[in-house]
Amino acid sequence: MSRQVIRADFSAIAKWIKPQSTLLDLGCGDGEFLEYIRAQKNVQTYGVEISDFSVLACVEKGLDVIQQDLEAGLALFENQSFDMVVLSQTLQTIHETESILKEIVRVGKECVISFPNFAHWSHRIDILLGRMPVSKSLPYDWYNTPNVRVLTIADFEALASQIGIKIIDRVVLHEGKELSWGVNLLGSLAIYRVQSA
Amino acid sequence: MTGLNTQSYTIQFNEPLALKSGAQLGSYSLEVQTYGQLNSLKTNAVLVCHALNASHHVAGKDQTTNQTGWWDNMIGPGKPLDTDHFFVIGVNNLGSCFGSTGPMSIDPSTNKPYGSTFPLVTVEDWVDSQARVADHFGIQKFAAVMGGSLGGMQALSWGIQYPQRVAHCLIIASAANLSAQNIAFNEIARNAIMSDPDFYEGNYYAHQVTPRRGLRVARMIGHITYLSNDDMAEKFGRELKRIKGAPQDYQFSFDTEFEVESYLRYQGEKFADYFDANTYLLITRALDYFDPAKTMGGDLSKALEVIQSKSLVVSFTTDWRFAPERSRELVKALLDNKKSVTYAEIDAPHGHDAFLLDDARYHAIIRAYFSRMQEELT
Repeated sequence: MSRQVIRADFSAIAKWIKPQSTLLDLGCGDGEFLEYIRAQKNVQTYGVEISDFSVLACVEKGLDVIQQDLEAGLALFENQSFDMVVLSQTLQTIHETESILKEIVRVGKECVISFPNFAHWSHRIDILLGRMPVSKSLPYDWYNTPNVRVLTIADFEALASQIGIKIIDRVVLHEGKELSWGVNLLGSLAIYRVQSA
Repeated sequence: MTGLNTQSYTIQFNEPLALKSGAQLGSYSLEVQTYGQLNSLKTNAVLVCHALNASHHVAGKDQTTNQTGWWDNMIGPGKPLDTDHFFVIGVNNLGSCFGSTGPMSIDPSTNKPYGSTFPLVTVEDWVDSQARVADHFGIQKFAAVMGGSLGGMQALSWGIQYPQRVAHCLIIASAANLSAQNIAFNEIARNAIMSDPDFYEGNYYAHQVTPRRGLRVARMIGHITYLSNDDMAEKFGRELKRIKGAPQDYQFSFDTEFEVESYLRYQGEKFADYFDANTYLLITRALDYFDPAKTMGGDLSKALEVIQSKSLVVSFTTDWRFAPERSRELVKALLDNKKSVTYAEIDAPHGHDAFLLDDARYHAIIRAYFSRMQEELT
């Protein structure tokens, strides 16, 4: 599993980020994306992360990071206080799905949400064969996965319209390449640009 | 790795210091200890601010007293704040009792100890006096000002009072003001001291006594609030104070029965031996008064607008004296202003005391933060 494949969303997301803007990366992990985007554009960034190990990695990289649990909401951040809020491959790990989605569009003027598409054909075959899928985009076994809410492209779009989230843009990738049709079947990674409706 | 290179100074200041209360201190001296080496550009200085009962002796072992500096696990060669790279300054604050001018010092206008007439000093006054220490060493801008608890308040206040003179503020186990509960604990401690018959309205020096009973109670109260409930349960539980093998029966008396009592009495006794009661009153009052948001109608975000430094805020999950939510208030106010801030919430069992202890995750964060700072310097 190469790093390029996992984080193919980086360059797709970067296109939506304006220079000189402010950016909040929720579930920023080791700060890989933040480091990438800071090198690309002159943006002011903060990460939010719960793990001690990842927070330390961010400090080592000289990144501003706030240690907190996303499940607890975003009370630290004012309404529309960031140009962009990024939730990159983190949505599927959060229990309070609806509340975090509402929170990010409250805090961000625009938001990027990316997640692995559970409806990718290879996953469908695994399910047909009676096993939980393990793939490049979902690399964990059922018993050790951090993912608690796997979802599909169709699922996300249905929920978004239900809770007042407007989709501005969508990019669906497989193996790092952008797809233009059959996305819910062929896409392994979905990336949305959204805002409050 | 080089040595700690400890240097001690008594710095005399003869230019009057205007205090926040409106009073003025004509002349005063500050005890200062430094570690490491100031670089030629004077850009690697870190001021370490102490809390209630500590001093300028921050690191290393004192040859005469054989005492170890209060933050020795944090500061020294190869330690998280590495004196091989940073020049660390410890200052004993005005009003304290470890050599700097305070209530025990002789008031030149009366030739008697100041006692109760020593002016009330504030966090802001301390910061002003520390700025003069920086001037003394020719330091235009600190690489960092760092402190825990009341020391963290000083670090924060540095960012507000001298935004151009500090690059990083490290605010650990602290808050932007005390809660009512915190003030209440301070009031109990002060009340214990002031109601001790040996207090003599603060002029006990003349009577050659110290209000030991009051100091002991003050310290006991303080100590309880520095530990977490779990920590106390683990350390003492309901253990009885008994010689090994002795029967575990109650003695039905008010003598020391439980281990926790023995511990508190010992801590109180030790504290009464070395700490000055007037200093305790002064410093707890400085804690109570600190509230940078007050002049901004309670708006902390507005109060922090002037900050130019980057901040590292650290809290400990079991600290109920300076709870994580108090640190988060600070973080939020910094975020509201889009100030550079990193916040680490360390899951540690030791309550408020955790900031003085050697916790691997905590020290790793501080070490990483200073390493980055060091790269900025070179």
